Amino acid sequence: MDFLRPASWEEALAAKAEHPTAVPIAGGTDVMVEINFDHRRPEYLMDLNRIGDLYAWEVGEDSVRLGASVPYTRIMENLRAELPGLALASHTVASPQIRNRGGVGGNLGTASPAGDAHPALLAAGAEVEVESVRGSRRIPIDDFYTGVKRNALAPDELIRAVHVKKADGPQQYSKAGTRNAMVIAVCAFGLALHPRTRTVRTGIGSAAPTPVRATAAEEFLNAALEEGGFWDNGKVITPSVAKRFSDLCSAACNPIDDVRGTASYRRHAVGVMARRTLTWTWESYRGARRATEGAA
Amino acid sequence: MAATGAPTGLTQGSRTKGGIGESTLRPDGTLKVTGEFAYSSDMWHEDMLWGQILRSTVAHAEIVSIDTSEALALPGVYAVMTYDDLPTEVRHYGLEIQDTPVLAHGKVRHHGEPVAIVAADHPETARRAAARIKVEYRELPVITDEASATAPDAILVHDNRTDHHIGHVPHPNIVHRQPIVRGDVEQAARRADVIVRGEYHFGMQDQAFLGPESGLAVPEEDGGVHLYIATQWLHSDLRQMAPVLGLPEEKVRMTLSGVGGAFGGREDLSMQIHACLLALRTGKPVKIVYNRFESFFGHVHRHPAKLLYEHGATRDGRLTHVKCRIVLDGGAYASASPAVVGNASSLGVGPYVVDDVDIEAVALYTNNPPCGAMRGFGAVQACFAYEAQMDKVARELGMDPVEFRQLNAMEQGTLMPTGQPVDSPAPVAELLRRVKAMPMPPERQWESSEGADVRQLPGGLSNTTHGEGVVRGVGYAVGIKNVGFSEGFDDYSTARVRMEAVGGEPVATVHTAMAEVGQGGVTVHAQIARTELGVARVTIHPADTRVGSAGSTSASRQTYVTGGAVKNACELVREKVLEIGRRKFGSYHPAWANAELLLESGKVVTDGGEALADLVDVLGDEAVEVEAEWRHRPTEPFDLRTGQGNGHVQYSFAAHRAVVEVDTELGLVKVVELACAQDVGKALNPLSVVGQIQGGTTQGLGIAVMEEIVVDPVTAKVKNPSFTDYLIPTILDTPTIPVDVLELADDHAPYGLRGIGEAPTLSSTPAVLAAIRDATGLELNRTPVRPEHLTGTA
Amino acid sequence: MRVSFTVNGRPQQADDVWEGESLLYVLRERLGLPGSKNACEQGECGSCTVRLDGVPVCSCLVAAGQAEGSEVITVEGLAEYARQRSGDALPGAADGAGPHTGEGAGLAPVQQAFIDAGAVQCGFCTPGLLVAADEMLERNPDPSDADIREALSGNLCRCTGYEKIMDAVRLAAARQAEGA
Repeated sequence: MDFLRPASWEEALAAKAEHPTAVPIAGGTDVMVEINFDHRRPEYLMDLNRIGDLYAWEVGEDSVRLGASVPYTRIMENLRAELPGLALASHTVASPQIRNRGGVGGNLGTASPAGDAHPALLAAGAEVEVESVRGSRRIPIDDFYTGVKRNALAPDELIRAVHVKKADGPQQYSKAGTRNAMVIAVCAFGLALHPRTRTVRTGIGSAAPTPVRATAAEEFLNAALEEGGFWDNGKVITPSVAKRFSDLCSAACNPIDDVRGTASYRRHAVGVMARRTLTWTWESYRGARRATEGAA
Repeated sequence: MAATGAPTGLTQGSRTKGGIGESTLRPDGTLKVTGEFAYSSDMWHEDMLWGQILRSTVAHAEIVSIDTSEALALPGVYAVMTYDDLPTEVRHYGLEIQDTPVLAHGKVRHHGEPVAIVAADHPETARRAAARIKVEYRELPVITDEASATAPDAILVHDNRTDHHIGHVPHPNIVHRQPIVRGDVEQAARRADVIVRGEYHFGMQDQAFLGPESGLAVPEEDGGVHLYIATQWLHSDLRQMAPVLGLPEEKVRMTLSGVGGAFGGREDLSMQIHACLLALRTGKPVKIVYNRFESFFGHVHRHPAKLLYEHGATRDGRLTHVKCRIVLDGGAYASASPAVVGNASSLGVGPYVVDDVDIEAVALYTNNPPCGAMRGFGAVQACFAYEAQMDKVARELGMDPVEFRQLNAMEQGTLMPTGQPVDSPAPVAELLRRVKAMPMPPERQWESSEGADVRQLPGGLSNTTHGEGVVRGVGYAVGIKNVGFSEGFDDYSTARVRMEAVGGEPVATVHTAMAEVGQGGVTVHAQIARTELGVARVTIHPADTRVGSAGSTSASRQTYVTGGAVKNACELVREKVLEIGRRKFGSYHPAWANAELLLESGKVVTDGGEALADLVDVLGDEAVEVEAEWRHRPTEPFDLRTGQGNGHVQYSFAAHRAVVEVDTELGLVKVVELACAQDVGKALNPLSVVGQIQGGTTQGLGIAVMEEIVVDPVTAKVKNPSFTDYLIPTILDTPTIPVDVLELADDHAPYGLRGIGEAPTLSSTPAVLAAIRDATGLELNRTPVRPEHLTGTA
Repeated sequence: MRVSFTVNGRPQQADDVWEGESLLYVLRERLGLPGSKNACEQGECGSCTVRLDGVPVCSCLVAAGQAEGSEVITVEGLAEYARQRSGDALPGAADGAGPHTGEGAGLAPVQQAFIDAGAVQCGFCTPGLLVAADEMLERNPDPSDADIREALSGNLCRCTGYEKIMDAVRLAAARQAEGA
């Protein structure tokens, strides 16, 4: 095993081009487990800790450019307003120690369906900025996950940042696990209201081979909200709409039975979380609307 | 050169009186908070090698061939050993039945069985070498449950059994069977107004001690070996190791290193023999440290069990009879299975008065992971089932479940199903009363001015509910656990106590082989010495095999038995000191001859409080030392047909009230409070007593809602050998645990004390289950309860 | 490879480090600092918690080479670290001298509180818990119970049921407030 320590992003890209099998390591929270347990012996380990750019974020007009290695703790503390869904998801990641080291780049690189950030990124809308010596490109989050623990990266590419749309409405995130802290998702659900475009986006974790959106559920809800004039009248969402949305979210799952939970539970729990997060976000939207109207 | 991390004596007491009954602090506390306390995995030696074990990747197979040549060829590898390299004809070991091969021979019987061992200059070299060993397996069908174990064509897990149970078991794949029959259940059942039956399943729990198996074996010049080890019982290890190593016991020196928890999981051998074999083979010190993955294969677990119960009661709430059948899965090797069967059967009815019982417990041989000792030892599984039954009967009768239990509670003088009278206080009804009388935790504690605090809700930080679907439930349970080794076992401890004057101060040194695994035995030994010898300063000598056996740190027995041995040795030392005093000073005061004399505050005093001499003056340059064995009252085996017999020494009782909040839609549970009342006889160290009760309670909570080793029923392979998928409670899963300690002396025991470590692990699980049933209205006949069981999605 | 970093204020160097070694392994096996514990090596127990450039992390998940040039505080350096933070006087060590205190002197307040409250049993989780608790009290001197539980939710303890650990952290916070 060789240990590569690029001092800059350019050096990292060059190293990755030269050694496409090199395994990047930042927080180490996935890679080191595999090494410690003898599941993986990469030829090259490439440390990204010295590349300061990966630890920076910039809040832009419409989106946040989040460095791949910004620790979850920073996201929770600093980006709660701009990226509420991701901040909530970050808070569910493992333990304080892990949140101090791990970042979204690791979740994306590993592309495990159980990664906590994925449903929040899917719901918010995001693009993954990847780069190689050949150049830089942005991969829409919807196209990023290509299979179980597979992503759209080419062998010579590294994840530099993720561009997440700034919240224009309430966002929520829930994760079902069999322990009240430090638990891998049995399944997870993210939901974002986008009042500006009058759309709703979702993300489901650990309930399909890849993180997925519940597109049929989104389409149904978008139509139902539009038809009922809900965005304007701010009415309570009817139980039948919530129920249908919840059922469609369950139907979007393609889960398996494993040691963490049954497929049947995952489908069920995603439905419950979909209904609850819809209620929480919608109530929050109505509250904000009333407050705005009250002020006007 | 000495090994780095070899333990030294712990001296404490210059500032404290610190006798029994006081909450003196641990003598090893400072070392433990500064990181200086050396655990077995911290041991280090110049020039040491690292040992690695190759384990079977399948559960049941014939070994066709093993090729170690590529491993041996790897630079940095010093030795590779298989069964064929073992030095003597003794190649099996075991606590009771010597059925466990040191390294697999011809066959592997469970997933993760040791097949070969390697010593190399770096752990990675050792791992790479182990990976180069080629083992060819021919897989065999797996035996995983009672049906497959006793099927007509079942493969025998062990051919040609010669152990002393084979004569009375119905099938060679049954390790041991214990019936307990008393009265006439059929007759009694006719008196019953209600009869309640149930089938219960108890999952496989892991001890999950935090310090993984580890040790350092150092070869010695005389051809022997010195092992620094984390264990529960040095002399039991020694007895099993020496014949395999081909060494007399005096050439196998054992010193207890720091032990990172045990809970039963270190009663069997793990890497002890392997490290010594490699050290003797290479002539170099060898350290072995399991990682967490390996630890799941490196020790026995709590027996999973299937339990069938029938309870009858009259309309006025009196139990008429209990029938039960308990099937424990012992896995591939016997370990402590026979004794677990003895406990599960003899304690199978619980702390209740029942004259007519028909109980049968068996342990199976299967190809599942071997199971043996874990805190509660057979009594845990039974308690989970009989307490569920007690709730069911109460419901059938329309009675309050606590009142129903109190109505049937045993008390001093009650006969156990074994016919043995309970001859010390048994305050079962009182414990229930106390736990019920504790104030209830406030409702909806999660509500705050800033909305719901998810940390106090089911799901915790995962943000699954803000109060939706959350229902509170309350449940009660009580249990009975035996203390000490039962069924005629010669259960003794040895203590060596020395007293001398050092620097103008009398000092006592206590030397035992007791394994301090965290329970605080070292604290209590110093307290006993202070109380008995009137000294402030006590040194606890490191535990090793240069003193006689202290028995196991298990069965809630150490404070009772080794504490008793220390007390006894102190009394003998005191007699000798007084003899010296009489010789030197007897002529100065008549009280030397005719008064009851005590040692207090460094002086010889009369029972009237008159000081006769300073201990330093009595001792002068003399050191007084005594080593003596001490035994509790003898017990006898249970009759193999009827289960009758005075098999137990003492009983321990605890009761719990659990308050839970269940997210009924997502099936997630938050235990809000787990109150406990326990009779401890006499609290030698109240702080430690409460700590033991809270810790035991939490392990019971774990098996109620999350802990289970999942074994694939088709392959018998372990599916979750990691802390990612074998979950134990975090601080956010653990509630406040108020403890009410009752002290009713047992006149048969030293100071009236009662062994306390295990009882809280019994009743906590069924109390949590009862609370979840109360919240959900579901039957819930298995533990742990998983979200799918609460949501109909299993 | 060679790795150099600062541990508990002292420059340290380790040679012939295998590239797959963790910071935990280097601390324990190469630098003679076995206080940080090896309980799970997968970031699921917190026993190996150290502060890496001030931040609590699982040292089992830091590749040794990643620690190059960094500053590490382990349990062995906690007392000295607390002493420097409080401006040399060590509040907890002095007021700890009641009839039931341990014999230790020169401990960080949180270390003394763990002894006094009975929060130590087998002690294997203790070093990691101390590092995590000390860092929380540095950030949040007056934590609620829920805050303590959240901050320590990455540290498993199998012996105590956490109640005495809660007591210890409350005690350390109270003593810290008195001393302030």
